[in-house]
Amino acid sequence: MEFAENEIRLLRALQEDLPVRERPYADLAARAGMSEAEALEIARRWKEAGIVRRMGAFIRHRKAGVKANGMVVWDVPEERIEEAGRAMSARDCVSHCYARPRSDKWPFRLYTMIHGATDDVVKEQARLISEELRIENFRILFSLRELKKSDTKLFMEEDR
Amino acid sequence: MDDTDRLLLTLIQREFPLSERPYAEIAEKAGVAESEAIARIEAMREEGFIRRMGASLNPRALGYVSTLAAARVAPGKIDSAAEYVNRFVEVTHNYERDDAFNMWFTVIARDEAAVAAIIDDIRNNSGADEVIDLPATHIFKIKVNFDLTK
Repeated sequence: MEFAENEIRLLRALQEDLPVRERPYADLAARAGMSEAEALEIARRWKEAGIVRRMGAFIRHRKAGVKANGMVVWDVPEERIEEAGRAMSARDCVSHCYARPRSDKWPFRLYTMIHGATDDVVKEQARLISEELRIENFRILFSLRELKKSDTKLFMEEDR
Repeated sequence: MDDTDRLLLTLIQREFPLSERPYAEIAEKAGVAESEAIARIEAMREEGFIRRMGASLNPRALGYVSTLAAARVAPGKIDSAAEYVNRFVEVTHNYERDDAFNMWFTVIARDEAAVAAIIDDIRNNSGADEVIDLPATHIFKIKVNFDLTK
């Protein structure tokens, strides 16, 4: 995918922190070296095309009261991946749902992040999903420690 | 945080308008003045509830390749293994988890060869006993916004 120089500057600026003021995109556009109208038009086009996945606030979940989360991995038979993946995704408490390859060392095929107020709420949600979908072999991997968390920054100077 | 704050925080996570006066639109939905919405949101940012305002890009749509890797590391070696792994800027998240596979990290890079080289390097040099590569075969859902009004 090819981008013009000012589009790359806009991609970078979009990944920075937008000011909280009346016209936040004016500032963004200035950083990209284009007009506010132009920046908005390109950003809307990227949103439409799925290049911008989401625009908005990124919160600190724990501080905002979404305190617990667990990665729950599910051993789902091949022919049920699609159905089970959709059913899990339909739940509010599930923020992420991915299929990943099975191996002899790791039998699990579906991966969900389940959020709740406490670890017990996460366990209960996993149990409900297990019961409803009749998937008995699953495991909850709570995180013991955050070893690294950084914003994914794309199209930065260092990788060009 | 009061109910208005929680509503504002839920709204600006869900769909922050790409328009000239986004806070005016958000304020209208929340039933407050634009200036009040801005003041409340700025306060929540200063207090650390909001980490960043901006875009999340879709790495795949931009040609990037990513994976999740699980490593089995002897308990006494986790810190040194994590130090090795975290040095890669391509590693964006890394968690210690309560399982035999106890270190889980994501790698994102420009192409598959770059991702494979990083996984191989970590497999050979981080001190992990085993590393499994688990690239997504299908993405069913990514939702990182939370309804805080419930």
